[in-house]
Amino acid sequence: MAPVVVLWLAMCLGGTWAVDKGNFKTCDQSAFCKRQRALKPGESPYRALLETMELTNTRLTLQLINDNNKVRLLLELYRLQGNITRVKINELKPLKPRYEVPDVLIREPPTEPLSLLSQDENGVVLSLGAESQRVIVSARPFRLDIMEGREVLMSLNSRGLLAFEHLRMRKDTTSPLFFLFFFFFQSTFSLWIISVFCSFLSIVSDSLFCPSPYHPSFSYKAENVDEEKVEDGMWEETFKSHTDSKPNGPSAVSLDFSLPGVEHVYGIPEHADTLRLKTTDNGDPYRLYNLDVFQYELYNPMALYGAVPVMLAHNTQRTTGIFWLNAAETWVDISSNTTVFGKMLDYVQGSSETPQTDVRWISESGIIDVFIMLGPKPKDVFSQYASLTGTQSFPPLTSLGYHQCRWNYNDQEDVKSVDAGFDEHDIPYDFIWLDIEHTDGKRYFTWDTHKFATPKEMLQGLMDKKRKMVAIVDPHIKVDSNYKIHNEIRSRGFYIKNKDGGDYEGWCWPGSAGYPDFTRIDMRDWWASMFAYDQYEGSMENLYTWNDMNEPSVFNGPEVTMHKDAMHGAWEHRDLHNTYGFYVQMATAEGLIKRSGGVERPFVLTRAFFAGSQRYGAVWTGDNAAEWDHLKISIPMCLSLGLVGISFCGADVGGFFKSPSTELLVRWYQTGAYQPFFRAHAHLDTPRREPWLFGPENTALIREAVRQRYTLLPYWYQQFYQAHRTGQPVMRPLWVEYPQDPATFTLDDEFLIGKDLLVHPVTEEGARGVTAYLPGKDEVWFDVHTFQRHNGAQNLYIPVTMSSIPVFQRGGSIIPRKLRVRRSSTCMEHDPYTLFVALNSQRKAEGELYIDDGHTFNYEKEEFIHRRLSFANNILSSLNLAPDAKFTTQSWIERIVILGASKPSKITLKAADGQESQVEFEFDASMSVLTLRKPGMNSGADWTVTLQ
Amino acid sequence: MSCQYHQHLLLPLLLSLLTAGVSSVEVQRPRGVSLSNRQFYEEGKPFTCLDNSATIPFDRVNDDYCDCKDGSDEPGTAACPNGSFYCTNAGFRSSFIPSSRINDGICDCCDTTDEYNSGAACQNTCRELGRKEMESLEKMAEIAKEGYRLKQLLIQEAKRGLEEKKKKLQDIQVTKKDLEDKVEALRTVKETAEQPEKEAKERHLKAWEGKFRFRNWCIFFFSLSVSVAELLSHSELNPDSDDSFTEAEAQVIILIYSKLKITDYEIIVCFMLDLLFVCRNLEKEISFDFGPNSEFAYLYSQCYELTTSEYIYRLCPFNRVSQKPKYGGSETNLGTWGKWAGPEDNIYSVMKYEHGTGCWQGPNRSTTVKLTCGKETVVTSTSEPSRCEYLMEFISPAICQEPSSLESYFHEHQEL
Repeated sequence: MAPVVVLWLAMCLGGTWAVDKGNFKTCDQSAFCKRQRALKPGESPYRALLETMELTNTRLTLQLINDNNKVRLLLELYRLQGNITRVKINELKPLKPRYEVPDVLIREPPTEPLSLLSQDENGVVLSLGAESQRVIVSARPFRLDIMEGREVLMSLNSRGLLAFEHLRMRKDTTSPLFFLFFFFFQSTFSLWIISVFCSFLSIVSDSLFCPSPYHPSFSYKAENVDEEKVEDGMWEETFKSHTDSKPNGPSAVSLDFSLPGVEHVYGIPEHADTLRLKTTDNGDPYRLYNLDVFQYELYNPMALYGAVPVMLAHNTQRTTGIFWLNAAETWVDISSNTTVFGKMLDYVQGSSETPQTDVRWISESGIIDVFIMLGPKPKDVFSQYASLTGTQSFPPLTSLGYHQCRWNYNDQEDVKSVDAGFDEHDIPYDFIWLDIEHTDGKRYFTWDTHKFATPKEMLQGLMDKKRKMVAIVDPHIKVDSNYKIHNEIRSRGFYIKNKDGGDYEGWCWPGSAGYPDFTRIDMRDWWASMFAYDQYEGSMENLYTWNDMNEPSVFNGPEVTMHKDAMHGAWEHRDLHNTYGFYVQMATAEGLIKRSGGVERPFVLTRAFFAGSQRYGAVWTGDNAAEWDHLKISIPMCLSLGLVGISFCGADVGGFFKSPSTELLVRWYQTGAYQPFFRAHAHLDTPRREPWLFGPENTALIREAVRQRYTLLPYWYQQFYQAHRTGQPVMRPLWVEYPQDPATFTLDDEFLIGKDLLVHPVTEEGARGVTAYLPGKDEVWFDVHTFQRHNGAQNLYIPVTMSSIPVFQRGGSIIPRKLRVRRSSTCMEHDPYTLFVALNSQRKAEGELYIDDGHTFNYEKEEFIHRRLSFANNILSSLNLAPDAKFTTQSWIERIVILGASKPSKITLKAADGQESQVEFEFDASMSVLTLRKPGMNSGADWTVTLQ
Repeated sequence: MSCQYHQHLLLPLLLSLLTAGVSSVEVQRPRGVSLSNRQFYEEGKPFTCLDNSATIPFDRVNDDYCDCKDGSDEPGTAACPNGSFYCTNAGFRSSFIPSSRINDGICDCCDTTDEYNSGAACQNTCRELGRKEMESLEKMAEIAKEGYRLKQLLIQEAKRGLEEKKKKLQDIQVTKKDLEDKVEALRTVKETAEQPEKEAKERHLKAWEGKFRFRNWCIFFFSLSVSVAELLSHSELNPDSDDSFTEAEAQVIILIYSKLKITDYEIIVCFMLDLLFVCRNLEKEISFDFGPNSEFAYLYSQCYELTTSEYIYRLCPFNRVSQKPKYGGSETNLGTWGKWAGPEDNIYSVMKYEHGTGCWQGPNRSTTVKLTCGKETVVTSTSEPSRCEYLMEFISPAICQEPSSLESYFHEHQEL
């Protein structure tokens, strides 16, 4: 019972079963978005001052001038290693510094030299090194074109929508005296600065003569200067009952990108929308602003819990990416047309008939800092992005198992009986979760003294079964002088401040709450130290953490989040809002690492995220609902996250709000079992739905789905290892592997795990069959359940029953499984492998086997086994991919199943020591399946198996 | 915590196995095979899977590779996904566990036989478990015995009560007949005598109608000059039956009734109506399902409370369940009597109370009451496993079963 919570929700969120759109801003209600969107494509007021160009070994700098107001910007252009171009635009001399997002890039990206190819009064051509790639900087108006050969890959400001609201003094509050001071201050700078302050002075006096040495006419008419008119919402903005004081005034930035030849763009999560992004001409732009959206609606561009400002553009020839590194509220407009190119491009390009997508990014503050990732293949874009923001953290193996969650497991007895229920019904699981009710009055790091009186006893009980627990730790801290965490944060001054300098307070689960400033490293260090076993009472090494409400959610704040004029030291919350959740998860993951002395890998789930969040753990799609459409949307939502680096994604199995029908629940388990993060969760108000509560038939269906997950854990683990090493997504859209096949570009109902498993879960109510697209005209695909072989490049109709989960293994792959499913993944550690070798039409196959201890960072010290398995010329062999690595395993190969095989007369195993032995086998002629019985070699050894 | 499988063996069987476990000598058979299946595993002879799916050489039994679809060739290893392992558990109850629990590092069989190759440090706890089980069985048997004795008393009492009620009902029906005649006679007198007052009276009656039930008014008449406190104790007089009966409401009732002028006729009409009410209640009680021998009748019109850290829970069997915050706050109805809701073979083991106060965005509250055998009648626990769906554990002798089977069982046991 939590009547307060219920009442609170009823009050502030309304009693309806749908998102209250009125609680969230449209572009029109967000002053800067409205202002910026009102700008129409046309001649850009910006001009590049080529004479200011400086080219060093690492970068090019150049000033831009806005001919309307004479404000100058500084453009920096970098060629980064790995085929990335970075474009940075800031005010040349801002009134005060503008926010540049720290901590998201894993390092200052290493540069490569740029060289000047040609230059005239109209522009500059720079070489980008590889593959005849060039950047053309056009001067008037300013634009950038990135070319390869005669082909334009991407143009910046080609529609003239570059806009940079320079910081300014508020007119009605500035005194002449200030201007005097300002003049004095400014005059100490070099000559060209004069034109900047001229624009200010011109506000007071039209008759002033401002010499501008770089202006072609060396002067300008004062009446041409745009009298920066004060519009509503520039210095203050009110939404519903909340007023945003804007002491810094307007500060938005915006830039357009043209993508010739591109009809498909993806990414910019988090939105409950299709994988392929839609054009936004007839509605709002896609919004990136981390928000706690109550009962979110599907298929619209509204902002959700997380934001990754990365977009991928794809056509059959090339994949590119745009990473807009800005943490403020951001809107992204997408339009698709065949607008006429600029003059220069007409000349280069010839035709203007090519399809084109135009994208425009608008952010409320900060600077323009954009990374243009030039591919050309999807996997190149993933590596490029990973080189900037890092890769998916390598999760503990156990966290890839099944997670059982509910708001809330009521007490220790409840936990014990649910745990026993899994054993009684022989369903494996690895983690049981506790939501907010486990705490003492929503004071995180504590336990309810009645319901969870002896947490260590409970955790030990789970540990005895080799299982684990996750308890929630949210970032809002109850304001209560008897609460240690609060007192410490307050006394250390770690809370975010309100605009008047006091500790910011908002309402959340505990009532009045403070919000620690996670952007501070000292705060994060302190927070991390709170996870030490002697600090977090009742915690043990099998207790992991879940960060919810970290958008941050503020029940009584504007749009259920923090006031933008709250202060993080010198910076406004406005500048960095979208990174708050990123920092919370960062600090928490750090805490879990530190408590083990740096030995154990952490597991932290977060709801809010930003670019780079992949480094700290898992993400889920928030508070979804028990509806078929929500099951369907889980696929594109997780695919979109995977495209921008966040591979460890899942949706609440069963749906959070409302109660699923039994059919929906079963289908959701079947789908979730094949998605990276596999957790069932349910709202407090819903009836219980543990897997055994729906009759033996459905229990069996759910058991089977969960077991399929567990048999595939070696493959999942391997995929995460690859994701961690290379940044390739685990759950992939088909186009990533088949980039030249347009039939794969808009699939929302099927996906790949790695490149070898294709999954088309049943997500339609009452389905009798599904049609799966099997890609690749040279591929063959094997049904993993029946071993039936299908050709690629076809739409395959698959009749389904309630037990069907259509999954296909690609011919040419080798997938290791552990078929001995036990009650938790840890129990399966030493179990033997079965190798599924699916032959392609050339009768070849390749795969890998990765093994380590599953939970420590020792893999960084080369303590792992990594082998290449390959089948060719009737020989299957295991080769060491990491000869320097050292790790031993008890696991052995118990079975090899070769799909698409013919019957051999005998099979010989040659062990590492050269010893040969015969392997018994069975051959199923109807399906061409050859099963090798108990070859028995150690999984870490060298061996070959020869079919004769 | 142990994770025993197939624990729900019948008690007699259990005891006999316990005895057998202690007295018999371990019989040679492949690991994990039960005594009853021993015959199918003949050393040196080809083994036929128990589902007849294949026949394999005997050396493939328990060779850590699954050959039979039903898993019967690997009773002692984890090789088959669907196998089961037999724990002899000498000194305790034998059981089957899924073969996936063999050598998983977790001790499942109390005789440690499931962890023969995992390095898990298991202790043989069978004797200890056997002893504890025996103790608790003895205790349970003792309770069952005493409970059953009490149940017999309850049944007798219920029988007596039922007869009394039937007799009372008969008496009342006679009295009623009498009264009806009197009413008829008085009505004529009254109508002529009190014509002038009639209209005013009707106005009054109209005012009370709907708000107060007429019968309550009557009952009240017979106890004129009651105090507010006394009135409050008659919850049946509560004008709006669902909420609690407040002092203010009681005062209003007294105020209204004290202003009335009452005639003989009205008194008699009221008396008659009251009888009708008593009559109806008796009929209801007589026809109520209090169990096969009315053993649950004693719970009627009783209430039992349980206090937890936050709430006081109140179970009034066959009436309602409620919850009241311990430190002030209003009472919440967790459901009114619905039906017996146990499984078909034991329908009286569960009571269902439904249609309680509605939950925000949720269903109406409801409570499931599970009955178990005990000497006393007491609520032992309450919980809310799902939001607004409460679960109450309730002990009563009325649910106790005849302990005959246990009796014989214990005689056997004492010989051990």
